[in-house]
Amino acid sequence: MKKIIVFFTILVMVLAMFSGCSTQKAESNVITIGVFEPSSGDNGAGGKQEVLGIEYAHSKVNTVEIDGKTYTIKLEIVDNESSTDKAPTAAQTLVSAKSSVVLGSYGSGVSIAASDVFKNANIPVIGVSCTNPQVTEGNTHYFRVCYLDPFQGTVLANFAVDQYGAKTAYILTKMGDDYSVGLGKYFKQAFEELGGTVIEETFQEGNSDFTAFLANAVKSEAGVIFAPTSTEAASLIIGQASSQGITIPLLAGDTWDSSVILDAASGSNLSVAVSTFFDEGDNSTSGAEFVSGFKAWLNSDNTKLANNGGNDIVAAVSALGYDAYMVAIEAIKAAGSADSVKINESLWNINYLGVTGNIAFDQTGDAIRDVAYIKSVNTSEKAWQFEAIQSIK
Amino acid sequence: MDFFKENLPYIMAGISVGGQYALIAIGYTMVYGILRLINFAHGEIFMASGFMMVYLSAVLPWYIAIPTVIVSTVLLGFIVERVAYKPLRTAPRMSIMISAIGISYLIQNVAWYVTSGLAKQYPVIPWISNTVTIGNSTTKMVTLATPFLTLFLVSVLVVLIKYTKIGMAMRAVSRDFETSQLMGIKINSVISATFIIGSFLAAVGSVLYFSNYTTVTPISGAMPGLKAFVAAVFGGIGSIPGAVLGAFIIGISENIIKGLGWTAFSDAFTFALLIIILVAKPTGLFGEKSTDKV
Repeated sequence: MKKIIVFFTILVMVLAMFSGCSTQKAESNVITIGVFEPSSGDNGAGGKQEVLGIEYAHSKVNTVEIDGKTYTIKLEIVDNESSTDKAPTAAQTLVSAKSSVVLGSYGSGVSIAASDVFKNANIPVIGVSCTNPQVTEGNTHYFRVCYLDPFQGTVLANFAVDQYGAKTAYILTKMGDDYSVGLGKYFKQAFEELGGTVIEETFQEGNSDFTAFLANAVKSEAGVIFAPTSTEAASLIIGQASSQGITIPLLAGDTWDSSVILDAASGSNLSVAVSTFFDEGDNSTSGAEFVSGFKAWLNSDNTKLANNGGNDIVAAVSALGYDAYMVAIEAIKAAGSADSVKINESLWNINYLGVTGNIAFDQTGDAIRDVAYIKSVNTSEKAWQFEAIQSIK
Repeated sequence: MDFFKENLPYIMAGISVGGQYALIAIGYTMVYGILRLINFAHGEIFMASGFMMVYLSAVLPWYIAIPTVIVSTVLLGFIVERVAYKPLRTAPRMSIMISAIGISYLIQNVAWYVTSGLAKQYPVIPWISNTVTIGNSTTKMVTLATPFLTLFLVSVLVVLIKYTKIGMAMRAVSRDFETSQLMGIKINSVISATFIIGSFLAAVGSVLYFSNYTTVTPISGAMPGLKAFVAAVFGGIGSIPGAVLGAFIIGISENIIKGLGWTAFSDAFTFALLIIILVAKPTGLFGEKSTDKV
């Protein structure tokens, strides 16, 4: 009897394996756009917001006309779990789904980890908010619509000097995180060039006790704390900074532009500022139209609202996700084909005016950007407020 | 004096986190003392307790939510023992260990599923979340309250083990499993009581820990669990005072190391300390020789 049960269990498992593999045959009039984003793990919150931007763009434009034939765009969304060892598998799923072009990811580490999988399949990728230079360096298939960490780090260093008059900066980065360590390094370079001194410390994966780090920052008499970390670490840092009564301003990169930060900082006496790609208060026509349209779209569905962190604040990464999708559509149109190699070629000549500004790629595949927005948290009203448009000196 | 003043924030953080490790470590050490089992799921029970508080406090006021969380955590610990460990009582020790690892991943993955991997903000509990200023450093009330509450709970536990009938039964079972069974001790209720006490302390520990480090994630239990386990081994596994002392030593030294600027090595230091102690004294600080081993 037992043997029969075992036999059937194995049979069921084997069948389940095969049923998982039955790939949908690509229909001739469907173009698949892969979405390579985290929806769990450290960067889950941000990744979900980026996907929302892409989905909103998809709801606006979901067909492409090539040679008089209408093609429907299908989104294939995978979760790379914010983890560099899961990322290649997730990427492989998109390759198997016959994606013509891929969008993503939030977080540079996963993008770098999955880059070769897309390269070997000749699929072009448009990075949405992966800001580390290594993502596009030395390859021809990875593009990105956001600015880079060397630029962002320099902008933030300039801001720290201009706004806070900081002479000493305390930099806190997460060990082994390409984004965090990279941005910390560029900030340090720029800050030292501006004549400041830097104290650097790193924390490990899974660390949740930041009291000692913050005490070190106070001891070093830093004028600013620069902490380019994931939002998960950020909410711990902010919570502990507030309970320790830290008065030093906290500064961070684009990842902190999230409602998680607002939740953590509201009601405290902290000063928190972040650099970002897009400002909700943008009153250019395309920007304002995007903000109102996106809000209405979010509010129409509770799941979407929950994925955005339970409110309708427009995150910069959503705007970038929207632009990345539109760039992909432009490239498909320009290529006049669903063939990924042709799309890759046409991407080099794209010039598209998106909601985050004009997008054209330079010879490494990076969008040419020259300003960043700086926002700060209004802790009493739990909202972002615009600080400055910062450029590099 | 100057050194003390300058390092006060680190020492306070160390004592506080040490107290929280101690509350978790007791769960490890008591279960080991009785079943000779390292209950790998203990860190996950601690984490689950954190999530219960997050979800319950959204619908209940905190003074009802906390007791509910404690009761549900105790229930979870009890169920884990009944489902995953009790059927394996006569099985080889390795099987029950693997079962513990399985349960640990099961709880973790359920948490991943429920939260979809996103960090949750721990609710603010009045009084213990208030900030206080001591000397020139500011901290939360929970930092000050933790060591006292820990010591109080440990004293109650020691009294319970020394002077009550169930305590005596626990001591007997930990000394000789088979003989105490022959003497008419209801072994299953003793083991359940152990898990109930362990889970109760883990629940209290989780309230204190997450009030201080206010983000709960499905892997929040892993590091504190591991550190508490190290503390239990450090103090001599099976010994309650050993676990408490070990936890305080680890909490304080880890924070002092960070204060000295060796932040990247604070975890490495904890484990190096463990190796050194085990090489010098394989049974830990209070191992084996201690009389009130539970």
